[in-house]
Amino acid sequence: MSTADAAQWPLWEVFVRARRGLAHVHAGSLHAPDEVMALRNARDLYTRRGEGISLWVVPATQITASSPDERDPFFDPAADKTYRHPTFFALPEGVEHL
Amino acid sequence: MAQLADNDIPAPEPPGHDALVQEIEAAQRGAAQRPGRPEAAPPAPPAPHDEEELQARFDAVIAADQKIEPRDWMPDAYRATLLRQLAQHANSEIVGMQPEANWISRAPTLKRKAILLAKVQDEAGHGLYLYAAAETLGVDRSQFLDDLDAGRQKYLSFINYPTLTWADTGALAWLTDGAAIVNQVPLCRSSYGPYARAMVRVCKEESFHHRQGFDALWALTHGTDAQRAMAQDAIDRWWYPALAMFGPPTRDSVHTEASMRWRIKRFTNDELRQRFVDICVPQAEALGVRLPDPDLRWNEERGHYDFTEPDYDELRRVIKGDGPAGRQRVAHRRRAHQAGAWVREASAAHAAKRRARAAADTAETGADIGVDIGVDTEESAA
Amino acid sequence: MTTAVHTAPDYLLRLGDDALVAAQRLCWWATRAPQLEEDVALANIALDLLGQARALLGHAGRVEGRGRDEDTLAFLRDDRAFTNVQLVELADTDFADAVTRLLFFGVYQDLLYRRLTASTDPVLAAIAVKSAKETAYHVDHAAAWTVRLGDGTEESHRRMRRATRDLWPYTHELFVSDEVFARAATDGTGVDPAGLRAPWRERITTVLTEATLPVPEDGWAPGGGRHGLHTEAFGPLVLEMQGLHRAHPGARW
Repeated sequence: MSTADAAQWPLWEVFVRARRGLAHVHAGSLHAPDEVMALRNARDLYTRRGEGISLWVVPATQITASSPDERDPFFDPAADKTYRHPTFFALPEGVEHL
Repeated sequence: MAQLADNDIPAPEPPGHDALVQEIEAAQRGAAQRPGRPEAAPPAPPAPHDEEELQARFDAVIAADQKIEPRDWMPDAYRATLLRQLAQHANSEIVGMQPEANWISRAPTLKRKAILLAKVQDEAGHGLYLYAAAETLGVDRSQFLDDLDAGRQKYLSFINYPTLTWADTGALAWLTDGAAIVNQVPLCRSSYGPYARAMVRVCKEESFHHRQGFDALWALTHGTDAQRAMAQDAIDRWWYPALAMFGPPTRDSVHTEASMRWRIKRFTNDELRQRFVDICVPQAEALGVRLPDPDLRWNEERGHYDFTEPDYDELRRVIKGDGPAGRQRVAHRRRAHQAGAWVREASAAHAAKRRARAAADTAETGADIGVDIGVDTEESAA
Repeated sequence: MTTAVHTAPDYLLRLGDDALVAAQRLCWWATRAPQLEEDVALANIALDLLGQARALLGHAGRVEGRGRDEDTLAFLRDDRAFTNVQLVELADTDFADAVTRLLFFGVYQDLLYRRLTASTDPVLAAIAVKSAKETAYHVDHAAAWTVRLGDGTEESHRRMRRATRDLWPYTHELFVSDEVFARAATDGTGVDPAGLRAPWRERITTVLTEATLPVPEDGWAPGGGRHGLHTEAFGPLVLEMQGLHRAHPGARW
């Protein structure tokens, strides 16, 4: 029975850069025994149709996530800082490239 | 690089195909454009703790047609429904590789061999995307696979029928992948984020499967008498298993109501089955094959085709594993999994050795050895 | 195209048959790999090999000028007309054999294709450019597995030791030269495989050493595949591959 498998391969999260100039985006996860095989498996699984030119794999256990419970205190302070977005500032007529 | 061989017959696009592809893309755009916080965020207290508040918040997210994400609170029944559906779906992809893989070695041209292998490979990929989505709910994939190998997990019933001729690979892809797309396109808008995202990927690839099935059948129905007969025979055998893929009629389905309410599922089994029949009829005409239903006819009043429903008793028996190929399918899976146990163990053992060596090196030099695991594989810059 | 140098069809058939038969064997692993991720990986490799076979056989048919296309060559030649090495036709139902063969054959193909990128036949050179990228990955994959299984558990080490020992004799045929190879090397279209033996051995030794596996001893060296003399395992493979195609003479698919 495979429940007796001593060999549970760990879970890896996969991030793919679709093309130059774009950030790596989370694509999904997979199982692999180590980082070398994880990268290979990611290539075979998530870029079969030329979806990417660069890959990251990260052990799923190494990701620290914000808790959904903290959601509001964590993110709401950013919500009212609209001045951080360029559209906050009205541009005088005729000014370009800003 | 591979050029068209003389054996190729280009088939036209199956009628109705494009609409489905557009729907997948719309779902993808919808998820991206739907207003996120703060405009549409449900009003909620900073740290809701009691069950009622959590439930209210969950309901509000669903009502706003927003996505539930892995770390959000969710009702136990919602989680259980998702797990059941994801597991069945993933299992179907994995066991569903077998009926088609059965013909890879015998494909009649090298191009067809490559297409079929790519398709079977995609199904492994789809299974993996879906297991990955299921794992976000905190269940390890090996548990699904163990259950599958032990015969405790269900998968789509059509898989328990044998592929007897080459035409079966075409009929399977045209009918059962066609049915799968009709079934799955709405799942691209599922309320559970990881499921919806996996389905967008699956559906895009699945539309290639559907197309190639139609294309393979087209070649047969435009070929020799023997090929035409082969195609018709395959369609005669696969039509009802494909109709059965939509599950029991809504009136008998125990899960429909809850799944619809939570927007895990968005149409009833019957609605989807009807939609599938309506799509298939013109495609069958284009192919020049007969669908094996003497009562199939256009109903002006309903604006749909009337058709004979599949034998749901047979469906129930086949789902339980009593289909003609049911036992073989599970046994095949189990055999492969057991035969590979030593490989999985060995690579895990090797990984442990590597870690131990790295730790020893660190202890010796006092330095932290980072492993750079990101590589650029910029081979497709063009 | 009109003034281009053309490689001898015999030479192309050997390369194409190697790739085709290797792909056919690898296809067996679809639904049978030790892990789902590996199922996907092996299928990718098989697809690459199949693509190489189609390009090489297609080119052979065009150069030959007798109206045979990739499918005529794959499906309508008798087994005695196939000129692949025996290494690629052996049945493998143990993952250790599959990995070992992929390593032995992959390194050979990789060395070969790299040199063929300089072929005086521009079509073959183009096929080689694409294929060399593919085989580099195949070797990478096979080497990674060889190291993990060789230096894994006692059982995996034992299996890999057995597989490398069993397949080693069949690698000699990869490097046997004859007049077809010599001619292709002389006119610059092809490569004499005898020259690949030393670099092949060096790369294999590196991988086996890292995998804590001994390099097997030379000795028995079967051969004959290049002249249509195959193992008994080959007949059934060809029969299975060609059966449907041959049952419908002249049909299009």
